[in-house]
Amino acid sequence: MSPDPNDVVILGAGMHPWGKWGRNFVEYGVVAARAALADAGLTWNDVGFLAAGNTMRNGYPGYVAGSTFAQALGWRGNRVSSSYAACASGAVAVDQARAQIQAGRCDVALVVGADTAPKGFFGPLPGERPEDPDWVRFRVLGATNPTYFALYARRRMEQYGATPKDFATVKVKNSRHGLANPNARYRKEFGYDEIAESPVVADPLRLVDICATSDGAAALVLASAEFAARRDDRDRHVRIAAISTVTPQYPNTYLDMPDIATDSGVGAALPERSFRDSIAAAAYEEAGLGPDDLNLAEVYDLSTALELDWYENIGLCGEGEAEALLHSGATTLGGRVPVNPSGGLACFGEAIPAQAVAQVCELTWQLRGEAGERQVDGARVALSINQGLFGHGSCVIATR
Amino acid sequence: MSKARVPVIDGYFTEDGGQARLLGGRCGTCGAFFFPKQYSFCRNPACGAPDLEDVALSTTGTLWSFTDNRFAPPPPYPAGEPFEPYGVAAVQLDEEQMIVLGQLARGTDVAALHAGQAMELVVEPLYEDDDAVHTVWKWRPA
Repeated sequence: MSPDPNDVVILGAGMHPWGKWGRNFVEYGVVAARAALADAGLTWNDVGFLAAGNTMRNGYPGYVAGSTFAQALGWRGNRVSSSYAACASGAVAVDQARAQIQAGRCDVALVVGADTAPKGFFGPLPGERPEDPDWVRFRVLGATNPTYFALYARRRMEQYGATPKDFATVKVKNSRHGLANPNARYRKEFGYDEIAESPVVADPLRLVDICATSDGAAALVLASAEFAARRDDRDRHVRIAAISTVTPQYPNTYLDMPDIATDSGVGAALPERSFRDSIAAAAYEEAGLGPDDLNLAEVYDLSTALELDWYENIGLCGEGEAEALLHSGATTLGGRVPVNPSGGLACFGEAIPAQAVAQVCELTWQLRGEAGERQVDGARVALSINQGLFGHGSCVIATR
Repeated sequence: MSKARVPVIDGYFTEDGGQARLLGGRCGTCGAFFFPKQYSFCRNPACGAPDLEDVALSTTGTLWSFTDNRFAPPPPYPAGEPFEPYGVAAVQLDEEQMIVLGQLARGTDVAALHAGQAMELVVEPLYEDDDAVHTVWKWRPA
């Protein structure tokens, strides 16, 4: 049987470890790219298309990351793309690479995301820009990213009776998951007492509830199913079953970063699903799979409390049931559907354009059975999901 | 002589006649509200009317969520020395069916707040320099 021309396979995954190294982001990206190519048994000379996630805080090379990495790896005249979708940039780059393969324009594509992050809170880009909502929220309200995370966390407490202890339980879980991950920045087990001593940043969230900003890089090598079928390592191939990069539907009456107000519900029917629910729903629809099929998930735990929201958004449980699911152990390694077996952002911190690519690296290693001590036994279906500010959804479902 | 009170951002709110009001846009065709007005046209994809009316939004709503920021944000937030923590509230406006963020009025007891309680709009200083008192809209329990 000839392979489906729409099938795209992950042949290689690689990272530069996350940390606060202070080097040029291009250096990290090249390390990750070479690691992914070596993992695939290929070289840069085999790559027909390079898709990169951009970074906004490293000058012009970051805005044209595709050509920046192509130059660093050595100009070969191949085609590139440079995508920015905030936290979803990496998934958009994966989608760009997949589309080029599906269109028959190349057999092998390389995806790279890398970042060098400033210390402390992310701020807006410099300059006085009253027409930029990201500037306005900092200038006028002091509404940092943790402010929004805290509003979501407090909402869970008010609506569902969640407690700071529930949020701490997410931290305890993820810190254990990441202990054995060689690419994680924080490999340290957290207990409840230590979490309770962490300073409050934005009530109810403490410093250890909120993900740090990190340096790091991740890369993937994708190939057409036809190309992959000619190789003798088929037991290591992971299939991309779906990529969702949807935006919200009007009117989006849920508070999303960086806006200081939602859409108005007047004059239009509310969408059938919330934005975050719709990100996963689009991926499930494309894959022909549902939440019950998942063996693991990597979700964007910008805060501990946000991980609980994602349980509901991806359908692991109903609204208001995430705390019970967490405490049942279902989302812990060894449970029914481990969430963030990599350790998540709690152990990595966020390297914006690399993070969604890193999520897919973890899916790849898990589905191959190469995740070592954090391996989810018998994993066959895995999902990664995140949301970039300004309305970028991203979700990838991979299978083996 | 007292300093002038100047909005920290133009076109978002007024305190004319001592009454705090948020300034938004309203579509005369589909009825949707927008805050800030941001664009000259309606963003409802089923409408797309070419212009919006200027409108003052409701001055009361119900509390959706809230937090208390304990660390100084980066610029361009005008954090003073020493840094003064501040609350932020997300308030649901009934008529407009939208959530609007604002800082909590100074002195609000964050620990006593709960979702669903009535809130009202005020205008207060955000910071002060040699030339003026720079004001912003805030929410306080009604």
